[in-house]
Amino acid sequence: MDATSIINTLAPLMPDVSYESGQSVDFATIYVPAPSLVETCRALRDTPSLRFNVLLEVTAADYLPREPRFEVVYHLLSIPNRLRLRVKVRVGSNEIDGVVPTVQSVWPAAGWPEREVWDMFGIVFAGHTDLRRLLMPEDWEGHPARKDYPVQIRKAAQTYEPLEVTEDEFKANIERDRLKRAH
Amino acid sequence: MAELRTETMTVNMGPQHPSTHGVLRLVLELDGETIKSCMPTIGYLHTGIEKTAEQKKWQQVVPLVERMDYLAAQSNSLAYVLGVEKLLGLEMPQRVKDIRVLIAELQRMASHLVWIGTHAMEIGAVSMLFYAIRERELLMNINELVAGFRFFPSYFRVGGLREDLPRGFHEAVNAFLDRFPGKIDEFEGLLTKNDMFLRRTQGVGVITLDEALAWGLVGPIARGSGSDYDVRRYFPYSGYETYQFDVPTATEGDVFARYRVRVEEMRQSVRIARQALQRISPSGSWACDDPRVVPPPKDKVYTEMEALIQHFLIYSQGFTVPAGDAYVPVEGPRGEHGCYIVSDGTNRPWRVKMRPPSFMAIQALPKIIENGMIADVIAVIGSTDVVMGDCDR
Repeated sequence: MDATSIINTLAPLMPDVSYESGQSVDFATIYVPAPSLVETCRALRDTPSLRFNVLLEVTAADYLPREPRFEVVYHLLSIPNRLRLRVKVRVGSNEIDGVVPTVQSVWPAAGWPEREVWDMFGIVFAGHTDLRRLLMPEDWEGHPARKDYPVQIRKAAQTYEPLEVTEDEFKANIERDRLKRAH
Repeated sequence: MAELRTETMTVNMGPQHPSTHGVLRLVLELDGETIKSCMPTIGYLHTGIEKTAEQKKWQQVVPLVERMDYLAAQSNSLAYVLGVEKLLGLEMPQRVKDIRVLIAELQRMASHLVWIGTHAMEIGAVSMLFYAIRERELLMNINELVAGFRFFPSYFRVGGLREDLPRGFHEAVNAFLDRFPGKIDEFEGLLTKNDMFLRRTQGVGVITLDEALAWGLVGPIARGSGSDYDVRRYFPYSGYETYQFDVPTATEGDVFARYRVRVEEMRQSVRIARQALQRISPSGSWACDDPRVVPPPKDKVYTEMEALIQHFLIYSQGFTVPAGDAYVPVEGPRGEHGCYIVSDGTNRPWRVKMRPPSFMAIQALPKIIENGMIADVIAVIGSTDVVMGDCDR
């Protein structure tokens, strides 16, 4: 099934969305506009002739200096129909078009790969349940997989002040945690 | 009598715990011995291989990607070289394909041997590790024979293989394949009907097929839950469609089902390896004949000007790959190993991204172990066969 026939299958289900087919040497590639990503993914998963039931990975590529700068790439697999599909979303680097909706509601597997993309590229996934650093330390600055991030970098070792609490504060913390768990 | 006030306890398991297969850290919230919640923390082995790969020439990336999943090195490099060859549009000679299949299956056996040894050791059968590592040593010797390097041979290259098979290769592999099925029987004799092993593994860490697929766990974990998806069967590469083999499955979805699937996979690997070895002639072509990628033979380099120039170009500035992107999946020991490669048309990759099966397995770990017993965590981690180098890259 090539990109055109997948787009033709999707078109009646998503009437006001314009899809684009992409160049590829292996399997079908389609470009999806970011606002309609979640509905498109749900249609890709649930339409009987497609049934893309596995999300293999989410990744991104930085095409600096092109604008929009990033492409978020989703690799989908349909086991019942023996199909593969690459879904791409163009993402810019500013706050308005630098946001993609999360597809966690369609495939729970998207959780960590999206966190990794945020960690490495700084692309925000709107609605993500737990968008924190995954591979890099929590206090890391910058997003290392970006093309404008230097390769050879020296960073001073991060140090932490030991946490000092008085006895009263300690007891209050314990009590607060206990109450939190009781609810 | 007033009800006893009990509190849950938070326990840090890892990152230096010996049974977490490297540096996996689990923050467990325990109610007695029951796990209420589990939060995996990863990244301790993150080495930025994908970023480093962008600085290297195409051929130089092969040793880098082998260091991701360090127990299945040649499964990584197979995915990578197939991806680059797809972008270049290269077709390999039949002999190269057969050798790649053989090496990939030997790699699968080596990886499963480490898995069965450590998995059984962690849940009490300590001697199993010695038996498994003894067999793996023979596979390491074969690697050394082929490439001079035991762990990361870098034998697969873009455009073929590094060099031809050495003398004595067929004898060494044959000797191993004759010996190994009997050893699998021995392993099974120790474990498969062992009452203690069964009690630790049956009904533990159950995941249903729908859950496994929703969490992206394609590979032995999904096959233990009833899926028959195997890349070698569904999307054959390197001529797997011409080999006779079965895809072992089980339906229970517990630790024991995954154990049975992997043990049977080792037997099927022996079967494939025997067929591949029969097809490989002792000498023949070991690379494709594309002059862009493969340097000319040495006798021509020393006698012909053009060949010398070509040799110099390939070794100094490398070769260029047409712009575009490709994702090539192979069936690694832990599931679908895929390599997503983006080229901008120069002599260095624009982006190299591995699809790590261990990463997905650790993501789904809380799903499998929550509301289980703390002692079962060890059994479940062992049965998912995670490698932290693959997870963190």
